[in-house]
Amino acid sequence: MEKDAIKVKINGRRYDLNVPPWKTLLEVLREDLKLTGTKEGCGQGECGSCTVIMGGKTVNSCLVLGVEADGQEILTIEGLASGAALNPIQEAFVEHAGMQCGFCTPGMIMSAKALLDRNPNPSETDIREGIAGNFCRCTGYTKIIESIDAAAKAMKGGA
Amino acid sequence: MVTFYRRLPKFDYVKPKGIEEALSLLGNDDEGRVKVFAGGTDVIPKLKGRLMKIPEVLVDLKGISDLRFLVHDEGRGLRIGALATIFEVAHAPFVKERLPVLSQAARAIASTQVQNRGTIVGNICNAVPSADSAPALLCLEAEVVCLSKTGERTVKVEEFFMGPNRTILKPGEIVKEIRVSMRPGGTRGAYLKLSPRSKMDLAVVGVGVTAVREDGVLKDVKIGLGAVAPTPMRARKAEGVLLGERAGDALIRRAAKLASEESKPIDDHRASAEYRRMMVEVLVRRAIHQCLRN
Repeated sequence: MEKDAIKVKINGRRYDLNVPPWKTLLEVLREDLKLTGTKEGCGQGECGSCTVIMGGKTVNSCLVLGVEADGQEILTIEGLASGAALNPIQEAFVEHAGMQCGFCTPGMIMSAKALLDRNPNPSETDIREGIAGNFCRCTGYTKIIESIDAAAKAMKGGA
Repeated sequence: MVTFYRRLPKFDYVKPKGIEEALSLLGNDDEGRVKVFAGGTDVIPKLKGRLMKIPEVLVDLKGISDLRFLVHDEGRGLRIGALATIFEVAHAPFVKERLPVLSQAARAIASTQVQNRGTIVGNICNAVPSADSAPALLCLEAEVVCLSKTGERTVKVEEFFMGPNRTILKPGEIVKEIRVSMRPGGTRGAYLKLSPRSKMDLAVVGVGVTAVREDGVLKDVKIGLGAVAPTPMRARKAEGVLLGERAGDALIRRAAKLASEESKPIDDHRASAEYRRMMVEVLVRRAIHQCLRN
């Protein structure tokens, strides 16, 4: 039971890592790479707080083994901002109070990003379905939906 | 109350490049020392929860390109390879247009994140009675192609399920693909799922209906039920009263009642048997109407 060598690109940067097979991608991100923006809520793929974008698709990183990420391109919440400039979705969450405790927020924003990437003009129903895999215990979702709606409109303006 | 471990147990990991290699890794293991997986959305939570025997080796099937397909042709219908994800099946234009019951059922599974990794084949191999893809596959009379070192065999999906979390797969056997043969025009259908939340929950009751109507008469009708028996099941008595008839409201109600009587739900923490039985009747009625409207 040794470590396997993997090559992975995370937020545009290449990493060569050695991970044991029983380490999840979530654990690799948080513990090995100190990218603690991605959260563990349930560890079972039921809450979405571990959501990252891998190979262009949202996945629960708690259900992906680190070794399965070999050769993949991954985007985490840390990869959205450009230096000090927040991504439009992040800006919208700030402006429209889409967060309270903030624990669900990274996963929520990753799902929002994936939604807006494939559907730049989502209806409220589309938004609700787009974040259906992400739980929030604080907000009741209203402000989250408003934030994503505002982000969609801002991004159409060419932000 | 299950004690939930946050970390996976230790295991070896192998990613074979071909089916032969995978099958020889499996050998004739009947002790659960070797476990295959694709999406991991069922296996990994089970390992974390220590809800299954911890294997010595996890075999990742995702390196086997021969298992990665989702194809259709007019001759052989739809073929869902072992690595076709739930999302791919749910959103394939061919499935949405010609086999809507399967598209709707796949969309009802968990979340987008899970659908992006999980596979339809994995959904049936996990074989929970509430598996959303099952009622749809039962209606479509799908066939499951099973592979082992000794060869290939095809079983009807209805025979594939043997009990809660039990399939007909023998030690050393994996599912290669699911086949759905189909009518030229496709088959109208509907899948309805009763669950507390609109997404992410298991089905308390799952109902799939397909129907072919010609000149106002039902030439073919299939009803699949999930979560109301030890395995997903067909409601054959209900189908029987509808076949060859004009589907008026009264007859649909009668069929729905029969389906409810055929179901064999249990009480569990999600719902009582009594409630499930009542909801079978409601959902079958709604699903037939929706199917005929589509």
